[in-house]
Amino acid sequence: MLAADLLVAQNIGFGIISLLMIVGALRVVTVSNVVHAALWLVVVLSGAAAQYLLLSAEFVAVTQVLVYVGAVMVLFLFGTMLTRARIGAEGDLNNKNWALGIPVALVMFGVMAWVIIDGFGDEKLIDNPGEMSQVPVQLISDDIFGPYLLPFWALSFVLLIAVIGAIVLARKD
Amino acid sequence: MLTAQFLLLGAVLFCIGVYGVLARKNAVMVLMSIELILNSVNLNLLAFSVRNGSVDGNTFALYVIAIAAAEVGVGLAMVLLIYRNRRTIALDDLSEMKG
Repeated sequence: MLAADLLVAQNIGFGIISLLMIVGALRVVTVSNVVHAALWLVVVLSGAAAQYLLLSAEFVAVTQVLVYVGAVMVLFLFGTMLTRARIGAEGDLNNKNWALGIPVALVMFGVMAWVIIDGFGDEKLIDNPGEMSQVPVQLISDDIFGPYLLPFWALSFVLLIAVIGAIVLARKD
Repeated sequence: MLTAQFLLLGAVLFCIGVYGVLARKNAVMVLMSIELILNSVNLNLLAFSVRNGSVDGNTFALYVIAIAAAEVGVGLAMVLLIYRNRRTIALDDLSEMKG
């Protein structure tokens, strides 16, 4: 009984958050103001963090809020301000053949939805939702510093080189 | 909760991101659409992490977040450089390599 109640609550939460995310994502790609698009992107990224919490991945959710909503969004706003003198509606954010994107996206979604429903159908994500526990951070760190240590090193170098490259590219000389 | 509902949400976000990449002219907006795509992939990774009862999906999602941060940093630096040289970031106007 308790597990069933929890399942209903989880499904209602999923529905509300996913509706918010889809509306936000549609606004990101249709709105005619770059700053507004960035703020709608905040809605989508926060909704993604909430979905990660539903999927019992609290560490990834916190990282999502820190990195995306905190850092990446500030970068986007800086990029917007540095590349455009005025912050307001701009008429021609879409390119000439923007309408071609709609059938491409629809066909792609059709194929993916068909494959997903065909492959997973009504398979339960987890048999007993009451027993779904948070992923301990210790397990994630064991994973990162155990079998996935080499990609972690590579990632460190990628980040270092990205920082150096960004400074070199953006420097005035 | 079904597996398919998370995967379908990821598919919707992915397709909206693809539409944004194709339709937008402003380079910053294209970078934002790429963020949408990366987030949909993360959603799939975490859904499969729960489904398979494994922590690997969480690890991959963290790596994807780190790569996305690096990508945005370098991408915006390139956009700034293009803006400084051309006074525009409209991708249609960057046809220098067209024959």
